[in-house]
Amino acid sequence: MTDNVSIVIVSHSPKVAEGVADMVRQMVGDEVRIAFCGGNPDGGLGTNVGAIMAAIEEVYTPKGVAILVDLGGAETNSEMAREMLPAEMAANIVICNAPLVEGAIMASTEASCGADLETVRSTAEEFQA
Amino acid sequence: MSSNLNGRLLEATCQTISEHADELTRLDQAIGDGDHGINMKRGFDALAAAAEELQQLDLPSALQKAGMLLVMNVGGASGPLYGSLLMAMGKAAVDTPSCVDDVVSMLRAGVDAVKARGKSDVGAKTMLDVLVPVLEAIEKNPASPCAAARQAADMGLEATRAMQATKGRASFLGERSIGHLDPGARSSALLVHAICNVLEDS
Repeated sequence: MTDNVSIVIVSHSPKVAEGVADMVRQMVGDEVRIAFCGGNPDGGLGTNVGAIMAAIEEVYTPKGVAILVDLGGAETNSEMAREMLPAEMAANIVICNAPLVEGAIMASTEASCGADLETVRSTAEEFQA
Repeated sequence: MSSNLNGRLLEATCQTISEHADELTRLDQAIGDGDHGINMKRGFDALAAAAEELQQLDLPSALQKAGMLLVMNVGGASGPLYGSLLMAMGKAAVDTPSCVDDVVSMLRAGVDAVKARGKSDVGAKTMLDVLVPVLEAIEKNPASPCAAARQAADMGLEATRAMQATKGRASFLGERSIGHLDPGARSSALLVHAICNVLEDS
């Protein structure tokens, strides 16, 4: 696998998370490693810190991991997950303040071209403007 | 019933969340995403399931372990918020708090962690509208900390009714969030009362 920034999708809904990851794979291709998670620890709507940590670890690269989230708890739980990982990993993980679907496509497109983590993040976030 | 204080606190807090889960969910359905009761119950059920292990730990370790269990089991933003509260309280705790000052410094560390985690403070219609007044009330009334904490919790909770939410899902409602109690403030007030019940009994 190429040394590109990886993407993690975090949604309250497992179906939304999987669907966004599918869109990224089809539109951007396999140049970017992508992991996704959704649902609370019981499988209902919500987010799950353990699952987010596992998703990050699945695609982690020192080049960086950009996380795209949907709403409130997804962001708070992603921040918690990042803090619970070793500090040297946490330093290479960002949470993008961007809409989930559009941000994921923008971030992945940028990542697939080899951009660094900060560029990937700002590209996703600029979409809001 | 557990014989030691930590065990009784654990039992009482788990019980109050379980008994009020439906009420918390109803409050959350009004202005949030309707999962606060079920999420808190999932988290506190995990604490109840680990009761035996938690009771064998000293207070700092028990609080940190309990906080971690909430983080991993709640499934909503209240997991990291209540989890950070307990983990920070655990880090600041002494093995056997012997005076009100010990409790105040522990609680202050916890409240600061909630502020940082939620990027929030009093007045945003959150659990902090109960926790911060409770902390201040205990600090000002070392002679009757439980009575002061109960009153501050009730007043803090009621004050959230008139507030407009600026954090969390409720903030999407703008002015329409006014007129409803905040579910997180309600769960915090429930926990304060449950803890006071145990402490006043011991």
